[in-house]
Amino acid sequence: MIDILVSGLLLSGTYALVAMGLNLQYGVARIMNLANGEVLVLGALAAFWLYTTSQVSPLLTVILVIPVSFIGNWLIYRFLLTPLVRRSKTQGALEVDSILATFGMSFIMIGVMVSIEGGFFAYKYLSEPIQILGSTSSLNRLVAFIVALIIGGGLYLWLNLSRPGVAVRAVSVSTEASGLVGINVPRMSALAFALGGTITAVGGALISTFITLDASIGVVFTMKALIIVIMGGVGEIRGSIVAAVILGVVETAVATLVDPGLTLASAYFIFILILLFRPQGLFGRRAT
Amino acid sequence: MKRATWAELIWAGVIAVFAAIWPFISNGYWLGIGVDVMMYVALATSWVLFSGPTHYISLASAAFFGVGGFLVGSGMSDYNASFWSMLALSAVVGALLAALIGLATLRLSGVYFVIFTLGLAEMIRNLVSWVQNNFLGSRGLYVLTDFTDKHLYWMLLVTASAVYLLGWIISRSRLGFALRIIGGDETVARHVGINTAMAKVILFTTTGFFGAIVGAIIAPRWSYIEPNQVFSPQLSFFVVIMALLGGSGRLWGPIVGVIPFLLIWNWVDANFPNQSILVLGLAFLLIVYALPNGVVGRIEELRARMRGQS
Repeated sequence: MIDILVSGLLLSGTYALVAMGLNLQYGVARIMNLANGEVLVLGALAAFWLYTTSQVSPLLTVILVIPVSFIGNWLIYRFLLTPLVRRSKTQGALEVDSILATFGMSFIMIGVMVSIEGGFFAYKYLSEPIQILGSTSSLNRLVAFIVALIIGGGLYLWLNLSRPGVAVRAVSVSTEASGLVGINVPRMSALAFALGGTITAVGGALISTFITLDASIGVVFTMKALIIVIMGGVGEIRGSIVAAVILGVVETAVATLVDPGLTLASAYFIFILILLFRPQGLFGRRAT
Repeated sequence: MKRATWAELIWAGVIAVFAAIWPFISNGYWLGIGVDVMMYVALATSWVLFSGPTHYISLASAAFFGVGGFLVGSGMSDYNASFWSMLALSAVVGALLAALIGLATLRLSGVYFVIFTLGLAEMIRNLVSWVQNNFLGSRGLYVLTDFTDKHLYWMLLVTASAVYLLGWIISRSRLGFALRIIGGDETVARHVGINTAMAKVILFTTTGFFGAIVGAIIAPRWSYIEPNQVFSPQLSFFVVIMALLGGSGRLWGPIVGVIPFLLIWNWVDANFPNQSILVLGLAFLLIVYALPNGVVGRIEELRARMRGQS
C-alpha cells in the first residue's frame, strides 16, 4: 500500500509538470496541442542521445533542452499556428484547425525521431535502489521528482507573482478583456505556448531517466496530460497538480494490483468519471 | 455540409454499378487495392456522415473497426459461431459502444470528444489483450472462410452503398437539417429547440455501426487475428485524412480523397517505408493550410469564381 503511494507520488511529479505545460498551451494560447506527447518524447530522446553518445548527464540535458525547446515551440506558434488563430472566426474552428495541424506536426516529429533512433531509448542513470518511508524506489525517480518540483514550483510562483505571469493568467481568463486592458495578447499567447512546450520537453527528459520510451509512445503521454488537464480544470495550475497525483497513484495501483498493461485503461476510467460527474474539472468553474 | 440532391444519388448509383465490375477486370494486386479502396470509402463516408455536418473530429474509427474484426475472430475460433452471426453481433456492439461514448462525451464541448476518441483504440486493445491473456487463454484467433478478395470487395461495396444511401436520406431529413444547424452554430440550434446531444449521438451511433461491420468483413482477409493488428490507431488517421482531403462538405467528398491518397501511400510505403509516417504528417498539414475544405471544396470555389467572372 505504502509502496503504491510512494511510487505513485514520485510518478505524479513529472506528470504534473507535463500537464502544466499542456495547460499553458491550451488554457492560455487556446491551442489544443496533440503533439504535446511528441515534444515530451523529443526531450526524452535528447537526454538518451546525449547520454549514450557523450555521457552528458540528463540533468545537464534538462538545462540544454530549455532554450532549444523554447525557441522551437515559439517558432511553431509564430509561423504555423498564428495563421490559424488569425483565420478562425470561432473558438470551435480554431480547435478543429489546431487539432489537425498539431496532428500533422506530431507525425512529422515521430518520423524524424524514428530516423534518429528506431528502437527503445534505453539507458541507465542513477538507477540505484533507495529507501523512502520503508518502501524501495530508485534514485532516478526521486531526482526527477525533485527537479519537477523545483521547476513546477518556480513556474507557479512566476505565474502568481510576476507581472508577465499575471498577464498570462489574465489571457487565460479572457482574451478580449486582456486585450482591452493593454495586454499584448498575441505575444503572451506565444510566450505561454513556448513555455508550455519547454516544460513538456523538460518533463520528457526527466521521465526518460526512469521509464524507457520509444519514438511512437507520445500519444499515450498526450492522452494522460489531457486527462490530467481536464480533471484539474482547464487553466487551473493547482488543479493540474492534484489531478496528476490522483492519476499517478491510481495508475500505479492498477499496474501493481491488476496488470501493468492497463494503465491507459485506468486513466480512461478516471476520464469517464470526470466527464459524467464533473466535466468542468475538480477545480474548474462551471461554464456559463 | 449541403443538402444532397437527386442528381447526386443517381451519380452515386451509376458509380456503384461500375465499381461492381472491378473484380471481373482485375486480380491480384489491383483487386487488393480495390478492397482497400472500398474499405476506406465505407469508413470515410460514414465518418463524414457524422463529422461533416457537426465538425467534430472522430478518431474512433480504429476502435470500431477493431471491435468488428476481433469479435469475428473470437466468435469463430472460440465459440464456433458462423461468420454472419458474428457480423451481426459486431454491428450491434459497435453501435452500442458508439452510443455509450456519444452519451458520455457529446453533451459536452467538442474537445472532450476528440480527446476521448484519440486513445480509444489503444485502450480497447489493452483491455482486449488483458482479457484474452487472463481469462480466455492466449490462443490464436483464426478466421477461416471460403471468401476471397472478390467476395470481400462486393460485401464492402454493398456496405459503402448502404452508408451513402443512409447519408443521403439523413441529409434530406429533419435530422440532417438539425445537424446542419448544429454545425453552423450549436447555441442557435439549442435555442430553436433542437435536442443537439441526441442528434449527435444518433449520428455517431451509425458511425460505430458501420465501422464495426467493415472491420468484421475485413477479418477473413487476415485469417489470423491479433489485437495489435486490428486496433491499429493508424486506421483512424487514414480515415480522417482521406475524408478531409476529399472534402467533408459533401457526402461524396471522401470518395474523391480515398483513391489518390491510397495510391500515393502505397507508392511511398513501397519505396520509402521509413519515411511513410512523415508523409502522413505532411498530408495533415497540407489539408489544414492549403485545402481547408478539401479538393471538392476547392473545385467548388473555383467554379463559383469562374461563374462570377463570366
